Amino acid sequence: MTDVTLVAKPVSQGKSGFSALLSMLWRDKLAFVSAVILVLIILCAVLGPALLGDMANSQNLRGRNSPPFDLARGWAFVLGGDSLGRPMLARLVVAARSTIMVASGAVLVSLAIGATLGLVAGYMGKNISQVIMRLADVIMSFPSLLIAVVVLYVLGPSIPNMILVLAITRIPIYLRTTRAEVLEVRERMFVQAAVVMGAGHWRIIARHILPVVAPTLVTIATLDFAFVMLAESSLSFLGIGIQPPDITWGLMVAQGRPYLTTAWWLALWPGLFIVITTLALNLLSNWMRIALDPTQRWRLEARSTKDE
Amino acid sequence: MSNALLEVRNLSVDFHTARGTVHAVKNVSWSVNRGETLAILGESGSGKSVSASAVMNILDMPPAHIVGGEIFYDGQDLLKVSYETHRALNGKKIAMIFQDPLSHLNPVYTVGWQIVEMMTAHGRPADMARARALELIKRVGIADAEAALHKYPHQFSGGQRQRLMIAMALMLKPDILIADEPTTALDVTIQADVLALLKELQAETGMGLVLITHDLGVVAEIADRVVVMSKGEIVEAGTPRDIYHNAQHPYTRQLIGAAPGKGTIKLLDADAPLLLETRKLCKTYGEFTALKDVSLSLHRGQSLAVVGESGSGKSTLARSILRLEAADSGEALWKGRNLLTMNARDLLGMRREIQMVFQDPTQSLNPRMSVYQLISEGWDIHRLMPDKAKRQARVAELLEQVGLAPEYAARYPHQFSGGQRQRIAIARALALEPELIICDEAVSALDVSIQAQVIALLDDLRARLGISFLFIAHDLGVVRDFADTVVVMKAGEIVERGPTAQIFDAPRHPYTQRLLAANLDPDPDMQAQRRLAGAPA
Repeated sequence: MTDVTLVAKPVSQGKSGFSALLSMLWRDKLAFVSAVILVLIILCAVLGPALLGDMANSQNLRGRNSPPFDLARGWAFVLGGDSLGRPMLARLVVAARSTIMVASGAVLVSLAIGATLGLVAGYMGKNISQVIMRLADVIMSFPSLLIAVVVLYVLGPSIPNMILVLAITRIPIYLRTTRAEVLEVRERMFVQAAVVMGAGHWRIIARHILPVVAPTLVTIATLDFAFVMLAESSLSFLGIGIQPPDITWGLMVAQGRPYLTTAWWLALWPGLFIVITTLALNLLSNWMRIALDPTQRWRLEARSTKDE
Repeated sequence: MSNALLEVRNLSVDFHTARGTVHAVKNVSWSVNRGETLAILGESGSGKSVSASAVMNILDMPPAHIVGGEIFYDGQDLLKVSYETHRALNGKKIAMIFQDPLSHLNPVYTVGWQIVEMMTAHGRPADMARARALELIKRVGIADAEAALHKYPHQFSGGQRQRLMIAMALMLKPDILIADEPTTALDVTIQADVLALLKELQAETGMGLVLITHDLGVVAEIADRVVVMSKGEIVEAGTPRDIYHNAQHPYTRQLIGAAPGKGTIKLLDADAPLLLETRKLCKTYGEFTALKDVSLSLHRGQSLAVVGESGSGKSTLARSILRLEAADSGEALWKGRNLLTMNARDLLGMRREIQMVFQDPTQSLNPRMSVYQLISEGWDIHRLMPDKAKRQARVAELLEQVGLAPEYAARYPHQFSGGQRQRIAIARALALEPELIICDEAVSALDVSIQAQVIALLDDLRARLGISFLFIAHDLGVVRDFADTVVVMKAGEIVERGPTAQIFDAPRHPYTQRLLAANLDPDPDMQAQRRLAGAPA
């Protein structure tokens, strides 16, 4: 009974939505740095192959496994050279494209399909829900690597096929989470209030249920991003994923593994890139969860005046 | 040193929140003697629970921070003693019961285990604890005490759970019992029983009772002395009779003035056309009968109250009329057309004409929508008012109509107090210009002074706009002030119906009589009279 009611004055009034969002991003320094890093990685993915594509594939056998931080062979070798004497830095930049394409493609496809099916399963009646859930059980009970091996063997390894395979195996995670949340949210009072006002199913799902479920899904998706990158590398390692001369960070880690004792940089740099990307995504999604929730937003708005 | 059993002196507690420091209580002093009942009266946010929590050392620190003051019990300052000493006192010498017994009983242990633990935790042998538990469960009036020990909390009703909490608190014969809103979550008849039990037990053991409440009726019924708190300060102290008749502080006067059940009773205009009629509405959930042959009629401009205790089926009735739930049989006629068999398009039209205001505005307003979005959503659904400028003007107008500033439109629900949120919910209902508003316990969760304001607002809307109301409530005082016709429900059936004056002045059904008798009057003298009148029965 002792809730201390504070009626706060909203800080962001009068500002346009986008600039308010930017100023909230600036307040959370970690999230800001993450956003900058992600923009850089996306730039690499878009422009990298066009600018550095030739350099990344030109072999220089005299520079095999050349150590990093040595500028004697030019700036491209600052992170060292790989087992065929190709500059690591250029290869990392070029590899960003397929890595990001496979990972984001797989995550987005599985998120979209999983969330849609989950919404339907949670909102509609028991029968449809049963069918969808058993379908998810089938996918989950099948070892995901086995599906991948079979499908990629039949369809042939390519980036779209990789996305397809990885997406299918990750669908149940989104589906089950979404359904569980929808089952809870649709019983909430404000959903009932919308029904009383005459809102149709579509409006209830899009305006009242999805916004409540979305933050959870975004958080899972960012965590899944790293998992998909590593799954892709293991498929590539088995020889059914991305094939050279195409490269991804996961494949680079796999290729660097035999040289771990002699040339650690071959596996370390791409591994570090994977870590940095997922960390940045996680930090940014954490910020987004707060920034998009009206009841939490004051934490970011208050930060300019308070230390914490 | 005074000879009070427990004395709180000049206690000040601050809460450090992200939005700055809040002075939750400022220089609060009260004391309680053996065998005495002290009531701490205040509305939500007044800090009435904070000092009691400080006595029990259960304040969360941080964010709370005790700035100054002393709490004397048995010659020692409880704010200075060690954690271990305090723990030994808690439960043994000073015990506490809470508002919601369900959330304070652990659902995975049997009730018996939890009651016995109270004693074994203080180093008493288990067999002795068991014997005492059995004795107390019998004492608090639970049938078949032996079996009750082996049941889990969810197997008891709300009133029984509160009795069990009381039994648990009394295990070690405490000197002081602190009761934080012990009857707020209970039905009126059960509230009366629990208060009577507390009084009896106090007479037997001679303990001091500190009762924290927002209900003047409870104060009138049980308290020897009362302190009134507002905004963290004690504004007035005295006997309930003094406070009620000669309140000095404006806040106390406002509180007493807001107590429902004193206005003039309204009369029904019988010539108005029929708006809503239900005929033999039935609904069962498995074995449980929620509605049994419920027939009622509501005329234009009328406000019909449906009164009953929890589980009487009054909410199911509203939900069946609105087709949130499918009734098993019967008819609900809206202007002569059956709502229960209506097709989708007609149903959409009906959803514009009948609106609903729910009990808890915190839950019935989507937290992710701004006030503007909430109010204008109905227009989106029904494709009304496409012009944005007109919409903004209308939202501002509606906000003013319910007593809120137009610039609140850009804010979100969590930035408002409970009463303001309920006003937003009412503005949302008004946006579609309905002919009937169904209020399901719409004011039950609000403080009395805010309750009075919301009732006045609804009354005003009814007079100005000619809106009819189906008003579901368990609080008879509110019903008396607002309704012109009353229907009393018990176990899914209507047991009595009639004009408000008739129900209140000459109730015929024994259940209605019991309900009225259990309703507590805020005037201590009136309450004492009623107690005497009711005693021989």
